[in-house]
Amino acid sequence: MPSPRTFLVTLFILIAGHSHSIHASEDGALLYAQNCAVCHGNHGNGGVGVPLALPDFQYAVTDRFLELSIRHGRPGRIMPAFNQLSDKQVKAIVKHIRSWAPGKPISFPTITVEGDPAKGKVLYQQNCAACHGTNGEGGKGTGVTFSRPRGLPIIAPALNNSGFLAAASDQLIKATLMNGREGTPMVSFLKQGLSEKDINNIVSYVRSFENQLSANPVPRENELAHTITYESDYSVEETVAAIKLAATGKNFRVIRIQNLDNGFVEENKEDDRKVIIYFCNFEMVNDALLIDPRAGMFLPCRVTVVEKDGKVSVHAINPKWLSYLFNNAELNRLCSEMLQTYISIIEEATL
Amino acid sequence: MISLSHFRYLLIVPAFMLAFHSSIVQADTLLMARTTQDFPEAMLKLQETIKNKGYVVSRVQRIDIGLTSSGYKTDKYRLVFFGKPQQIKELSDQYPHLIPYLPFNISIFAEGEETLLVMVSPTTLKENAYPELDKMLETLERDVKEIFAIMRQDN
Ligand code: HEC
Ligand code: HEC
Repeated sequence: MPSPRTFLVTLFILIAGHSHSIHASEDGALLYAQNCAVCHGNHGNGGVGVPLALPDFQYAVTDRFLELSIRHGRPGRIMPAFNQLSDKQVKAIVKHIRSWAPGKPISFPTITVEGDPAKGKVLYQQNCAACHGTNGEGGKGTGVTFSRPRGLPIIAPALNNSGFLAAASDQLIKATLMNGREGTPMVSFLKQGLSEKDINNIVSYVRSFENQLSANPVPRENELAHTITYESDYSVEETVAAIKLAATGKNFRVIRIQNLDNGFVEENKEDDRKVIIYFCNFEMVNDALLIDPRAGMFLPCRVTVVEKDGKVSVHAINPKWLSYLFNNAELNRLCSEMLQTYISIIEEATL
Repeated sequence: MISLSHFRYLLIVPAFMLAFHSSIVQADTLLMARTTQDFPEAMLKLQETIKNKGYVVSRVQRIDIGLTSSGYKTDKYRLVFFGKPQQIKELSDQYPHLIPYLPFNISIFAEGEETLLVMVSPTTLKENAYPELDKMLETLERDVKEIFAIMRQDN
């Protein structure tokens, strides 16, 4: 057992060392753990995000590509833009990422690749669209397959993405097409039989996506209400029954009805004027989780019926707000559908 | 000689610093964390950590009923609902826009051998009409960040 004095000294050193790292903004490992690991894995193996540790990725991209990717993120493709990090912090993160595949720092000449985008478009449709989408929108979902059954071990990233296009130089894109990335579904198209000229044409086509970007892939926060609310002329019990009926009629299974404070107070003290109805539809759940596993947080669907001062009202989240929260444009369609579903169920029940 | 029990207080200090330290996460729309613990371990630890922060776990809801039968390969996906009884009552009485977000919940799901945690940042639920809510949402956000920091400590 150490003497109290040794103990104190140890503590002091711990604290001092610790607060040192708070102020030293160049703790790349820590910054990575806080900002990136949740999606890209603690060691860059991928997850919701693509792998960053693969040597073929590391040797194909410049520090600048990594820095700009962090700054711009991938608007509408889950990865947020990290504007709040300082330049030093961004560089520290890049340095940490580089520690997984040391050596061989790469830089490309800033020469624009000259090609014919019209010819590139034809080649793109033949060789790339199956994975990267007809318009370069990327595969369905993102990152690495874990539990979700999907077509590829790594989902192809979006190429018509302002974040990607800002980060990737022509030469970087060209090198990726020439060499491929071992350990990923992205193969060398030189080996696939395309000529360097073909590849130049494809690069100039990919670059031309810059002219067709949608200005704002996900809705802005202030355009959206957090919730949808309806008044009901019926009692709480009648409204709950009507919602149950309406949901079942729309192919949902009602899985649970509970008072809002269930689990917080003793059962006989629960407030039965605030009732939550949970319902779900496997297809919708599957669809949502395939696109973004985080979307499960709003499933099963739920609607709350409340009576206050003799007035009954019905409340649900506004699903459109989700695609804003998730920075995931692919969720837009699903969220619009979900909003329509909520509205039609609640309207039918409160009519 | 001072007895060692006095040092308990001293221990609390670094514990706090550690907690705050790993919780310097960006202001964002979602709070997220990864832990190297597998799903059952992480589930236990999450519920315990929530309780230790002074909240009640009101219910754990599966979201994956029927998922495995439709081709999805995991049944490891849960929502952990939590809150403080009095707070849940007051919020649902006074702030209609919060009702569908109550009780608060953290989603927890397996990703291979590891586990991810996600929650909507409570501060995104601020509304201009209710400035008095800001502080409560900020406190909740800070608590959840601390919970997530503790969850990350096994990495
Ligand atoms: C079999 C599916 C598949 C095909 C076909 C394919 N790719 Fe890829 N591509 C991928 C995957 C997966 C990645 C991500 C690799 C990684 O994780 O590093 C990728 C990465 C890329 C990248 C790098 C993107 C980035 O963010 O770093 C570019 C550029 C690219 N592909 C362009 C193309 C072009 C152009 C074609 C057609 C000539 C093509 N790909 C064909 C699957 C494919
Ligand atoms: C919320 C999840 C998320 C977070 C957090 C996140 N990313 Fe990403 N990141 C992604 C996704 C998803 C993609 C792929 C986008 C696509 O499929 O089009 C990506 C792509 C990238 C790419 C491009 C990879 C390639 O093959 O070209 C880099 C580099 C990158 N992220 C680095 C980082 C770094 C560094 C951090 C932390 C500062 C970070 N990301 C944080 C989800 C995330």
